[in-house]
Amino acid sequence: MRPTLHPLRSERWWGLLLVVPALVIIGTFGVLPTLASFLIGFTDWDLLGTPRWVGLDNYRSLAADPVFPKVIANTLLFVVLYLLLDLVLALALALALNQKLRGLGFFRTAYFLPVVTSMVAVSIVWEWIFDPRAGALNEVLRWVGLGPVHWLSDPSTALPSLVVMSVWKSLGTNVVLFLAGLQALPGEVLESAEVDGATGWQRFWHVTLPLLGPTVLLVGILASIRAFQTFDSVYIMTHGGPRRSTTVVVYWLFQNAFTYFKLGKASALAYMLFGILAALTWVQWALRKRWVHQEQDA
Amino acid sequence: MNRTLGLGVLWIGAFLCTAPFLLLLATSLMTYEQSVGYPPAFWPSPATLDNFRKALSEGALWRWFANSVLVAVVTVAGQILTGAMAGYAFARMTFKGRDLLFFVVLMTMMVPVQVNLVPLFALVARLGWVDTYQALIVPDLAGAFGIFLFRQWFLGLPRELEDAARIDGCSPWRFFWTVALPTATPAVATLGIFQFLASWNTFMWPLVATNSDHLRTLPVGLAAFRASMRETTDWPLLMAATTVAIVPAILVFLILQKQFMKGLMDGAVKG
Repeated sequence: MRPTLHPLRSERWWGLLLVVPALVIIGTFGVLPTLASFLIGFTDWDLLGTPRWVGLDNYRSLAADPVFPKVIANTLLFVVLYLLLDLVLALALALALNQKLRGLGFFRTAYFLPVVTSMVAVSIVWEWIFDPRAGALNEVLRWVGLGPVHWLSDPSTALPSLVVMSVWKSLGTNVVLFLAGLQALPGEVLESAEVDGATGWQRFWHVTLPLLGPTVLLVGILASIRAFQTFDSVYIMTHGGPRRSTTVVVYWLFQNAFTYFKLGKASALAYMLFGILAALTWVQWALRKRWVHQEQDA
Repeated sequence: MNRTLGLGVLWIGAFLCTAPFLLLLATSLMTYEQSVGYPPAFWPSPATLDNFRKALSEGALWRWFANSVLVAVVTVAGQILTGAMAGYAFARMTFKGRDLLFFVVLMTMMVPVQVNLVPLFALVARLGWVDTYQALIVPDLAGAFGIFLFRQWFLGLPRELEDAARIDGCSPWRFFWTVALPTATPAVATLGIFQFLASWNTFMWPLVATNSDHLRTLPVGLAAFRASMRETTDWPLLMAATTVAIVPAILVFLILQKQFMKGLMDGAVKG
């Protein structure tokens, strides 16, 4: 056995001293607001006056608000469309990247340019692309004899347009995560399937995809957490309209807080969002634990 | 996947991912007349730098740029410092409440920023910090991701190093600064690029926390600039300003790409 030194008595003071700066910041501007948010959810508060305790009134008024079901429907539609498009495209690109390839770095960099660009800048560029009169998208449609489509000002296309842009923005992240998952797959299994004469499609469908299951789930959960938090693009491009068709939960939260000054209601909404995201995160952590254990057992 | 098909998919993907940037650049080099002409033009002819001149001659864009640089640099430095110190202590030292405190720090990673928005604003208002640099900087001087990253790094530090230093009578404080921290450059680089990009691109908090034009960061300034042209949009001018805003983030990414990818995997997979 390796001899271990008894920890110095002074070590516990050094330890505390080293963590204090970080903990003061995180405690004051992180933990405290999270706890306060929960309490504010039970008050009536306009920021200027004193908060008045109203129990569950905010949650009741949320449930009774005619906008609420619309917001939930918009958010869920956004998340589902985003997930479908995002997972399929990212997986396709990752599969294409998963071969001996010169220029892998070039493709990865290209896919990452949108990821590192601010959502505000991206939203402005895509507003120009979606422009009904002179935008690139309608121009391309015109070449094939279609359109023009009023992408952002038509209630039936505004939300899907935002989804397309969001998928474009974050695709690179998921490609890289899928690629890592693909490269960690056991090579022997894939080889033996190939030796057994399975076609490429059969191998993907019956071998690769089932083996990739945990990665798909992980990437999917991370992507849906991101989708639930959509705000910047809505603020810049549609202001929640037309006719509330793009009012997703975080945008409505922001409006309640900083347009209508109903901070209690906004906080109640924030905690509902928190509940959903916490559940998703918890599933993600639990899966990851199991996954890591499996890797270690193997 | 079939090799040719695979390459085709990759090239189409690369085109779609970069095309909006090419359009951004092309439009920023057009005249206003060209951008409103019909049918729409994709290629600037004649190409002009007037939009960049005009965008940069209005002092506001420089000011927003400088604000973004200031906030990013200070928060990157702060996060590295507080994160390395706390990460080291959580990894290598024994003190009362260590595991509980680390658990609380980890838990804050789970809280979406929107949950804290209202009380954080109320707190900052109470401190008299609304519309100040403190509001943009101080809440971001430490973060769970940085602590987590450095803790992972220092967990891998060989115990023998510490034992030797202890025998030589080196204090934990000096050991941290002169031995442990200099080994951690990869963690510094990873946290540095993550925090830089996060700070450079963040929108919601600076939008809420500031209201004067001269305190805006680039995303907030750009959003206000865009909103100010709601009736008729001068797309070439707007695209020139947008180009100026995104170039630093792209440059930093290109330089520190390797560290960025590594951090992405650490954050998403290993955790």
